[in-house]
Amino acid sequence: MIRLEPRLAPSRTMMWGTPVLAVIATMIAGGILFAILGKNPVEAIWTIFVDPILDPYSRDELFVKAAPLVLIAIGLSFGFRAGIWNIGAEGQFIVGAIAGAAVGLAFYGTPAIWLLPLMALAGMAAGTFWAMIPAFLKVRYNANEILVSLMLVYVADQLLRAMVAGPLRNPAGFNFPESRLFHDSAVLPLLQGMPGLTQYTRVHLGVLIALILVPLAWVLLRKHVLGFNIQVMGSAPRAARFSGVRPSSIVYICLGLSGALAGLAGLFEVAGPAGQLVPALPQGYGFTAIIVAFLGRLNPLGILAAGLVMALTYIGGENAQLDLNLPRAAISVFQGMLLFFLLGLDILVRYRIRFGARGIAQ
Amino acid sequence: MLLDISGLRKAYPGVVANDDVAFDIAPGEVHALLGENGAGKSTLVKMIYGLVQPDAGHMRLHGRDYAPTSPKDARAAGVSMVFQHFSLFEALSVRENIALGLDEAVAPRTLSDRIRTVSRDYGLPLDPDRLIGDLSVGERQRVEIVRCLLQDPRLLIMDEPTSVLTPQEVETLFDTLRLLSKRGVAILYISHKLDEIRVLCDRATILRGGKVVATCLPRDETPRSLAEMMIGTTLADPPVRRAIPGRTLLKLTGLSLPTDDPFGVTLSGIDLTLRAGEVTGIAGVAGNGQDELVAVLSGEALVEAGMIRFDNAPIGTLGPNRRRSLGLLSAPEERLGHAAAPEMSLTDNTMLTGRVRQRLSTQGFLKWNVAANFARAVIAQFDVRTPGVDTPARALSGGNLQKFVIGREVMQKPRVLVVNQPTWGVDAAAAAAIRQSLRDLAATGASVLVISQDLDELMEMSDQFAVIAGGRLSATRPAGSISIEEIGRMMGGGEAA
Repeated sequence: MIRLEPRLAPSRTMMWGTPVLAVIATMIAGGILFAILGKNPVEAIWTIFVDPILDPYSRDELFVKAAPLVLIAIGLSFGFRAGIWNIGAEGQFIVGAIAGAAVGLAFYGTPAIWLLPLMALAGMAAGTFWAMIPAFLKVRYNANEILVSLMLVYVADQLLRAMVAGPLRNPAGFNFPESRLFHDSAVLPLLQGMPGLTQYTRVHLGVLIALILVPLAWVLLRKHVLGFNIQVMGSAPRAARFSGVRPSSIVYICLGLSGALAGLAGLFEVAGPAGQLVPALPQGYGFTAIIVAFLGRLNPLGILAAGLVMALTYIGGENAQLDLNLPRAAISVFQGMLLFFLLGLDILVRYRIRFGARGIAQ
Repeated sequence: MLLDISGLRKAYPGVVANDDVAFDIAPGEVHALLGENGAGKSTLVKMIYGLVQPDAGHMRLHGRDYAPTSPKDARAAGVSMVFQHFSLFEALSVRENIALGLDEAVAPRTLSDRIRTVSRDYGLPLDPDRLIGDLSVGERQRVEIVRCLLQDPRLLIMDEPTSVLTPQEVETLFDTLRLLSKRGVAILYISHKLDEIRVLCDRATILRGGKVVATCLPRDETPRSLAEMMIGTTLADPPVRRAIPGRTLLKLTGLSLPTDDPFGVTLSGIDLTLRAGEVTGIAGVAGNGQDELVAVLSGEALVEAGMIRFDNAPIGTLGPNRRRSLGLLSAPEERLGHAAAPEMSLTDNTMLTGRVRQRLSTQGFLKWNVAANFARAVIAQFDVRTPGVDTPARALSGGNLQKFVIGREVMQKPRVLVVNQPTWGVDAAAAAAIRQSLRDLAATGASVLVISQDLDELMEMSDQFAVIAGGRLSATRPAGSISIEEIGRMMGGGEAA
């Protein structure tokens, strides 16, 4: 007989062990899925998880993909810890990209060192504003932030389409719905020459900034009263009020922070790899970041690792599409499985599996 | 014998809750089950009522083997239980609530008739068509009892039934229980109110650390000897102390606060003066505005500035941390989830209320080392039994966590400390330690406000005394100038003579 027995205290080993187990379980289940699709499962898993690490060009791309995921997931993790569920980071990412691009295009041709910081500020402000809508509705009317933030993603997507077809369209672009390519001082500098990167790397300044934000977020969470209040709020809301935390201010701070970071990620994407505003800009980073946040245990350092693993499935997945003719949807299923296994295995943090008859603990 | 138990054992991970427990109950006997919190009383009755199954041992009912695997089994065998916390739907009628608790379906009209008959027979007046939300706590308990009686039980288990009742309601309940006993129904009565047990019970079984340590005739014992059997040591008398009140520290004037919770209580026109060096007691039946009053004093609920004055400065609009920095501290009733965050460590929970007054942060950055040291000091000073400061609050027993919560506030040297139910669900030794620490605090010149449903506790501790009923507070009276009967009337909403 197999039984689940409650643990006296949540297991710290399992807390960090389950994400690893989830990745392994995903590999196994994914392998079965690929076998059913008629592919060699070992080859497919190898292509997705190992090849990108061995190949220097893919390795660079890993950082480019991971940066926005990590940025967004760190922002989301603060809210998730407080029990505030911002599901609309994708929307905040899009408006951040639009606002940043608009500033860049407004100063088209201006060779100025202040332009990129200004674009970044605009992107963060726009993302914050977009997140303030669900925050305000939640505080004022008790509207569910999950639904409001999610629905605003589709509004943001339509806004992007309207912008590239209208005000921000390239005047010399044959009516294609896209902006002109940014001039040099509106494009994030590449980190060429950094040790470990290739000559033709696409790793940009935004990746470095995302990396710097990881320890800062950790300090905020662990060492600052704001991080502490956020954790108390999520763990015991009445105790938080008793300790003097105002719930509404936590709602504004958490949604604002995640909106700002998602907006910044959007700006980095548009001023980095894309170099122009295009309708295909949003690739679901805002949604994938939710998986990254949980896979990383809502801990900034864990999120960095989880962001790299998730980026691996993107890059490896693309390689698998090219090399093995795997369907694109198979990769989405693959990423979904990862969250599924993580949530399922989470029970091991609070419970242990016991085999055999009921034992008597001493 | 009606129920005969031998060698009963139940272990949970990390703790043996019951070990080799044996006792018996005769038909019509009122049998007390006595013990501190954590002595294993709940586990034992849960096994009798089929909620948990024993690891070893035998139970026999009416001379036949009895091993219920569910409460439904237990009820079918004639065992019923009234829980300390009621499971009633406020928006449904008495009859609907009782119907939900019955194992077989009964036509509404038949059920109403049976409810009337049973409630008349046992002196438990009850109207089947009234809504639970309109009933007093005592009446709600009647609903639970009538629900059990409809199943014609041979053994009725009652878990701390008087903790929510006024002294008059207790008398009515005892009359009913005596009547039941006369008709041959055995009653297993769980309580730690020793006076009640001496008045009501025929025999008592005393548990300590999961084992039966004594069986006695409560009438032949004193409350003190019973308590000593429960805790296994001898008790010291509390020192007699009557303070000369100092200057006024906190003054409430016409404090009113409407509630927006349908089951909350509106506070109206509360006047109260707390002076240095004085312990003020507020008695009242649960749910008469105690929680609301504590929230208003802690700063979780805000009122007009002038309604609360601290050192004569208006503070009604200040939040919890501003009040803490002035020296007004509080400890709410609910330990887990309100006074402490259950999943967080004791160090975290020290940070929860100690940050401002103990200067556990600079520029918003937290000094975890200092917080851990303060937590260690609380643990040492208040004899909190815990493996360490990293232990989550949830892992502590009720008494230990309460000692931690009270200690955390006392050691911040408050000028005014408000505590709600400081010894609720706490064993006798821990309760005595907590009361002593609050008295000691008052002796240093602080003012202590104790809100409690335990009249004995209030009588023992207080210098002045008031009663809260329906969100209104009576005038304060010096302790000793008021009788238990008078307090009982006031708790029921009547005015003092």
